[in-house]
Amino acid sequence: MLNLETAAAPHRLRRVAIEPVSRVEGHGKVTILLDQENRVHQVRLHIVEFRGFEIFIEGRPYWEVPVAVQRLCGICPVSHLLAATKAMDVIAGFGPLTPTAEKLRRLLHYGQIVQSHALHFFHLSSPDLLLGFESEVAKRNIVGVAAAFPDLARQGVMTRKFGQEVIRHVAGKRIHGTGIIPGGVNKALSVEDRDTMRSGVDQIVEWSKEAVGLVVKLHETSPEFYRTFGEARANMMGLVDARGAPDFYDGGLRARDADGGPIFDHVDPASYKSLLQEDVKNWTYMKFPHIKALGAEKGWYRVGPLARVQVCDVLPTPLAEAERRKFLAAGDGKPLHGALMYHWARMIEMLLAAELARGLLDDPDIVGTDLMADKGPRREEAVGVIEAPRGTLFHHYRVNDDDLVAYCNLIVSTTNNNQAMNESIRAVAQRFLSGREVTEGLLNHIEVAIRAYDPCLSCATHALGEMPLEVDLFDAEGALVSRLRKG
Amino acid sequence: MDNEFTIDEQPVPFVPGQTILEAAKAAGYYIPHLCFQPDFKRHGGCKLCTVLVNGRTQTACTHKAAVGQEVDVNTPELNAMRRSLVQMLFIEGNHFCPACEKSGACQLQALGYEYEMMSPHFVELYPHREVDATHPDVMIDFNRCILCELCVRASRDVDHKEIFAVAGRGLDAKLIINSPTGKLGDSAFAVADRAAQVCPVGAIVIKRVGFATAIGDRPYDREPISAEAESCELPEVR
Ligand code: SF4
Ligand code: FES
Repeated sequence: MLNLETAAAPHRLRRVAIEPVSRVEGHGKVTILLDQENRVHQVRLHIVEFRGFEIFIEGRPYWEVPVAVQRLCGICPVSHLLAATKAMDVIAGFGPLTPTAEKLRRLLHYGQIVQSHALHFFHLSSPDLLLGFESEVAKRNIVGVAAAFPDLARQGVMTRKFGQEVIRHVAGKRIHGTGIIPGGVNKALSVEDRDTMRSGVDQIVEWSKEAVGLVVKLHETSPEFYRTFGEARANMMGLVDARGAPDFYDGGLRARDADGGPIFDHVDPASYKSLLQEDVKNWTYMKFPHIKALGAEKGWYRVGPLARVQVCDVLPTPLAEAERRKFLAAGDGKPLHGALMYHWARMIEMLLAAELARGLLDDPDIVGTDLMADKGPRREEAVGVIEAPRGTLFHHYRVNDDDLVAYCNLIVSTTNNNQAMNESIRAVAQRFLSGREVTEGLLNHIEVAIRAYDPCLSCATHALGEMPLEVDLFDAEGALVSRLRKG
Repeated sequence: MDNEFTIDEQPVPFVPGQTILEAAKAAGYYIPHLCFQPDFKRHGGCKLCTVLVNGRTQTACTHKAAVGQEVDVNTPELNAMRRSLVQMLFIEGNHFCPACEKSGACQLQALGYEYEMMSPHFVELYPHREVDATHPDVMIDFNRCILCELCVRASRDVDHKEIFAVAGRGLDAKLIINSPTGKLGDSAFAVADRAAQVCPVGAIVIKRVGFATAIGDRPYDREPISAEAESCELPEVR
């Protein structure tokens, strides 16, 4: 296969830049180099990442960090809160969490997964999937979906709302809560709030199951297309528990290769530096992590729903496990690597998270009042890792004797997926764009592939599910030929 | 009729020697303030308590109440001035409320809400300021210091240690620490000192306990700062 990362003679090529207009929270840009015949020679996804934030954290007191990192991006504050707090549990010298504290944190996390996956699928991706990649731009959004599929849109909104309510009840606020602190949680869950959530959760499990059914139906309309669109054969990584079930909140790191063969298993995430290496490339600020032992060429990997449902041996809840088996059957026993398969995996995870939340709401510990762990001597260094909705999230800190952060390294899910996303859009560009006149509908294919990964770009979470984009076409001399703007 | 004056045309009794602010507080009438705390010497620095006394501006925390005075507190013009003062305090330091452990218990933030500060209005100066975390139990984040001098007075007059002072003038004014190195860790400061408890913002904070109370459950999350007049008590600064 042609290597599309770097063209042989880039100066002779035309350049297409797909760039979001809105730059609020970090943004992405795609550049494509085409020759006179519109053949694709180079495709790159550039994501502006928040390296600056690590500097912002350095020099700050450690107890402030879990709250400060929630401002990393407005998209998954709960993930950063949890990962940072897990690290600070260790730094502050706390022992194991009380059962109530750990369960409340898990409940919060499951609530966030439900809300994040619902937002992604219903608001951001369903317009493409239900209305068509090349459907009329003006209607290819959640409003268009609501008009064509009112019940579905309502279920999406309500499912997301349930997740947000869980976050509000546990963390204190719908976004940027502070209920989670080093050593445990600072707020018990009231019986009343528990009952409210419990009374709603059965419906959410039901709707999540229907959402999986919907993806399956979509897939059945064109299995080959779904399986192969944006396909990038990748290693896969995620946290699993002792049984080999995925563990969103804790557990050991496991990686499997593209055929499902083992790479490493049950590794303590604190030693991530011995497993993973972060490389820098000259054309983007975002790092490229890979599995050290395999090298940069072969060692890149995928995280997030599509990786998690395939690195595990089993899902811990019955409905989700039944759906996982159907999913695996679609690959005839081989791991699936198509970008659109993310949607199927993501809805299975939404069902899993809803079932897990239900289990916790039935657990008497969840309304317990023993919230804080015992405290021992302070420690200098710690790594907090969770499975965020988008994939594995690493927070690594060293704190000096004055209690200030001296070193901070974050690997966010989108960074873990950097190479995989690049490979997926290269596959799409090669298959759909190459040799054709570039149209909005064709460019949307690129967006569809990026969006499937649910990267944390402001453009991917635009309220109405459109990536606000500007597409500039340059000729071989670098002069602007045309400009296409949407969003 | 004797020993009475008016605030916004309402009669308010006073005890001779009381300031307007003290008399107002005792009568359950709110006058905003930042650099005032009843236990310390009057300072008159922040000007938040500015009122009109018979038509002339005065600081209510220093001006003595007198028979027949007509005091205006709650007028649109005075409130607009107070909002500007709060905005200036915000832009002169580095106040990032969302990540600040004092959020919900900070008097500057609470006054921002009280006076409906929707934006910083002025250009932010983003000064370069340090964090002094050298003391084992207490930390000073100079980014958040508003130079109210409460710590200066508490340390000098209550703790009898004179750990803090303000040096320089105008925009160059800054809080300094009385120790051989200028660092808090080398001073005689102790966590039990009164000066460790008085900071109205998040500048002097006790280490390792931030966020023990969830945001949402803090004093000014529950009630606006002006509600303190009803209870006739200052809310705890922490
Ligand atoms: S440190 Fe706090 S109490 Fe001291 S002057 Fe600054 S704001 Fe006032
Ligand atoms: S409270 Fe009166 S000047 Fe500050």
